[in-house]
Amino acid sequence: MSGGTSVFGVRVLVRLRPSVYDPQGETIRRALDAVPGLEAEAVRQGKMFELEVRAADAAEARARAETIARRALANPVLEDFTVEGP
Amino acid sequence: MTTAAPPKSARTVSGAVARGYEGPGAGLEAALESGLTREEYERIVERLGRSPRSLELGLFGAMWSEHCSYKSSRLHLARFPTESPRVLEGPGENAGAVAIGEGLAAVFKVESHNHPTYIEPYQGAATGVGGILRDVFTMGARPVALMNSLRFGPLTDPKNRALLTGAVAGIANYGNSMGIPTVGGEVAFEACYAKNPLVNAFALGIAPADRIFRARAERAGDPVFCVGAKTGRDGIHGASMASAEFGEDAEAKRPTVQVGDPFLEKLLLEACLELMRGDALAAVQDMGAAGLTCSTAETAARGGLGIEMELDLVPRRERGMTGYELMLSESQERMLLVVRTGFEDEVRRVFTKWDLDAVPIGGVTDDGLLRVRQSGLSVAAVPCRILTDDAPAYDRPAETPGWWPEPEVAASDLPEPVDWNEAVLCLAGSPGLASRRWVYEQYDHMVRSDTLARPGADAGVVRIKGKRLALAMSLDGNSRYTARDPRRGGTLAVCDGFRNLAAVGALPVGATNCLNFGNPEKPRVMWRFRNVVEGMREALEAFSVPITGGNVSFYNETEGEGVFPTPVVGMVGILEDAGTLVVQHFRAAGDLLFLAGAPPGDTMGASEYLKVFHRRTDGRPPRPDLDAELRLAGFLRKAARRGLSRSAKDISEGGLLQALVESVFAPDGARCGAAIDLELSSSPLAALFGEAPARALVSVRRRDADALARVAERAEVALARVGIVGGEDLNVRINGARAIRLGGDALWDAFGHGLARAVQGTP
Amino acid sequence: MRRTRFAVLVFPGTNCEGDVLHAIRTVIRQDAELVWHKEGSLDGFDAAVVPGGFAHGDYLRAGSLARFSPVMTPLAEMAASGRAVVGICNGFQILQEAGLLPGAMLRNRSLTYVCRDVWLRAEDRSSPLTAALDEGEVLRIPVGHAEGNFHVSDAALAALEDRGQVLFRYCDAAGRASGAANPNGSRNHIAGVRNERGNVAALMPHPDRAYEPALGGTDGVRLFESLARWNAS
Repeated sequence: MSGGTSVFGVRVLVRLRPSVYDPQGETIRRALDAVPGLEAEAVRQGKMFELEVRAADAAEARARAETIARRALANPVLEDFTVEGP
Repeated sequence: MTTAAPPKSARTVSGAVARGYEGPGAGLEAALESGLTREEYERIVERLGRSPRSLELGLFGAMWSEHCSYKSSRLHLARFPTESPRVLEGPGENAGAVAIGEGLAAVFKVESHNHPTYIEPYQGAATGVGGILRDVFTMGARPVALMNSLRFGPLTDPKNRALLTGAVAGIANYGNSMGIPTVGGEVAFEACYAKNPLVNAFALGIAPADRIFRARAERAGDPVFCVGAKTGRDGIHGASMASAEFGEDAEAKRPTVQVGDPFLEKLLLEACLELMRGDALAAVQDMGAAGLTCSTAETAARGGLGIEMELDLVPRRERGMTGYELMLSESQERMLLVVRTGFEDEVRRVFTKWDLDAVPIGGVTDDGLLRVRQSGLSVAAVPCRILTDDAPAYDRPAETPGWWPEPEVAASDLPEPVDWNEAVLCLAGSPGLASRRWVYEQYDHMVRSDTLARPGADAGVVRIKGKRLALAMSLDGNSRYTARDPRRGGTLAVCDGFRNLAAVGALPVGATNCLNFGNPEKPRVMWRFRNVVEGMREALEAFSVPITGGNVSFYNETEGEGVFPTPVVGMVGILEDAGTLVVQHFRAAGDLLFLAGAPPGDTMGASEYLKVFHRRTDGRPPRPDLDAELRLAGFLRKAARRGLSRSAKDISEGGLLQALVESVFAPDGARCGAAIDLELSSSPLAALFGEAPARALVSVRRRDADALARVAERAEVALARVGIVGGEDLNVRINGARAIRLGGDALWDAFGHGLARAVQGTP
Repeated sequence: MRRTRFAVLVFPGTNCEGDVLHAIRTVIRQDAELVWHKEGSLDGFDAAVVPGGFAHGDYLRAGSLARFSPVMTPLAEMAASGRAVVGICNGFQILQEAGLLPGAMLRNRSLTYVCRDVWLRAEDRSSPLTAALDEGEVLRIPVGHAEGNFHVSDAALAALEDRGQVLFRYCDAAGRASGAANPNGSRNHIAGVRNERGNVAALMPHPDRAYEPALGGTDGVRLFESLARWNAS
């Protein structure tokens, strides 16, 4: 639409910081442990977001996604995030 | 006992091992860094007869913090009445306990979680609920009801809306997951709470009166177990955080937030209560502020004994944790158990059933020392009593502020509203007075199927299956009152709770309180504190209601801005016969409506009316009348017991009109209006919106009106017939002229939806 | 007449087992026992109720981890044998995750937990939850959930409706189903369903919170009466 930009797909993974307790992950691990064949040494649960952002190039799209993740998707009190793509 | 392998989850945490914090070190400099003063450090050296070692200093930093030691408040709290024939456990234990009859005890307490909530509202508020629940079930009581008192900045600011939304969701998730109904509470908004929101959580449990558990080690040689969640770096510095003002670096303090796990706490609750049915436990103590340090030192000190432990045995979630971190971690959902020798397997069996860790970490000793070893080396050996009892108690200076005394604001000096209908709708729909539905519909208030009075009533009421009695509880405090007159405000907070319980027909048997203040080192804050305590004491003594425990939260200040002095009083009462409960909503057309109690006077100081229509929070609050409150409460209870009152509603914030509005709407959605006819010789403003205490609205069947009048006469309570129940509308005539005529739909639109609109930013 | 013996299942995190037990014993005066989720057998029980709560904390998805519990094997056998298996709230979610009932629950449209009275209209009488009801009967019963937004595909929804598997719909006091009366946004305002055979049934609202006047309502009694009648026939 607007001159010279296009839409990029970017994936943001938000996860609890390593030192933050993850009750959900730990409970899932315990439940799996009780079922032969489903054991896991550890489970940490996070969130995955698929964004489509309009930008001039891949680098700008990625930067935009990082801003979105830092300011909105991740709670800096508890979480880290990584950006994948485009 | 073998040295434990690193716990499973710690071994598998991904990423680099965080380098542990070793503590501030030893010496005076380190003491100052831990928040201790030079004098306090010297006191430690003198008591110990030597300089404390590094970890020892860390223990003192936590135990002698304001949060754990109550050093600024102890002398004043000692003034509260704490005894009655019903009191089984007063202040000092995890929670208070009061005999309620039929062989049972009510165990309850209110506690603040203010500082964590500002940092992370969802987790901060949630873990507040978790903490107060542990305080109750460590006493051997099954929690049966929750309440909470919330204070936030004005909802016109999106930031405050987000804080409120987060805190309510956090409280809801924790209480709901635990399966404990939230049956009441309060929410208020003032600018002073924008950067210092307050979250006070109350929990009540029921225990057999002869099986109250205490956190008191009883015999040397008994093993000490750490049970529940594993220990991580959560909340390191929590106790010292709650004992300091927030500067701009509140952001930097963020990593200390604890994450709550209500599911794990539910398992811990069931496991503990199952064990408590037998004889396995000598003592139980929650690990809250200052975690392992506080729980071990207090449990040992109360029994005049010591505890030794090996830190390598403490189950942990993270690698590389230092002794300092293990001793001061505030990881949630952990308990310390002192197990009677020979019952170790019983403890393991029960905890295994509930999929929980139960690990012996040490034992009780007879030398009175808290002895901590790590990898076989002694890292701390301090007399428990010095940690728990020898913190200084300060009589901090108080100074009367220059503006005192606060002038009265007379109704006769204020303009009357141009449109009375509009005024009623505007008040009833304001964030301060609108129905709290948006909040309490997020709380499960019906689980356990014992809730007899749902939130929105003057008091929450729960029955006990198989028993005749029911328990009523209320949580109140008006900080605009205390801000302008701390002593009157303190008294009025107690009066409000007392009256709320009487309105449902209950006799108060005990109270708990949470005192939320600014920096106690400021003489004007201390003046407020002393006066609030004195005001509360007067009322508690007049009503013969003992305080059985509570909490003080100081340093609710950010960048020098402090909160209004905010006492929150949780009062608990009994209905000997649950069937005599009186609801607050009107019941049936034709019932007669009476106003009981003192005349309204002429004061509008610190009222909701003044705030909403004049944007003023000033003015002296109404004068309390303890004798009138006692007479009114006696009348309300008698009318309830005799089955005369069909509904009763106390008159408080927003005055008579607000009480009428609230009485129109039943919890099941039914509506019942009223026609009111008032003969007034004074200002209608004070009569309709004034907040003079010691008043209540009572409706009765027409045939019971004479009997009610006789009960009032004997109780020496003035009783005036003010109208008749019926229709869906609220009509008010003053001296024969129509003043207010509002349809049920318009009222519900304002009152029922006002708060949701304010929270959504669409008023 | 022999009393029906109900198993009331308890998972870690279940919290309405006491309410269900109390209602079965005092309202319809039948036998009921709590059964811990690690039990591998339901021998001796005529019927089972999966009560509300937060089994395994509702972590991962509401009801999802409960299906790994040992007791789910005999529960599935009980369902296959045609005996009554009933879910309430979290019990509904567990039965869905176990494949005993259709659909899945999304978060409420409001994204918040909702606890309040709602109105329900009974749609189908061939289940243990509705056997004593009149078709079209309107009941006031509380809900208390955060994930009760019933979802199925268009095709599955049409099939459910065709086969009369919808037991309850949210409605207003006059019995009119509507979005305004629907507390969670569920498709077709569905509050409760049954399996094709009609012996497995569940609903999101809590009849176990409306069985005595003191609790603010007694319409839940009608569902417990259904349980009694279905098992007696």
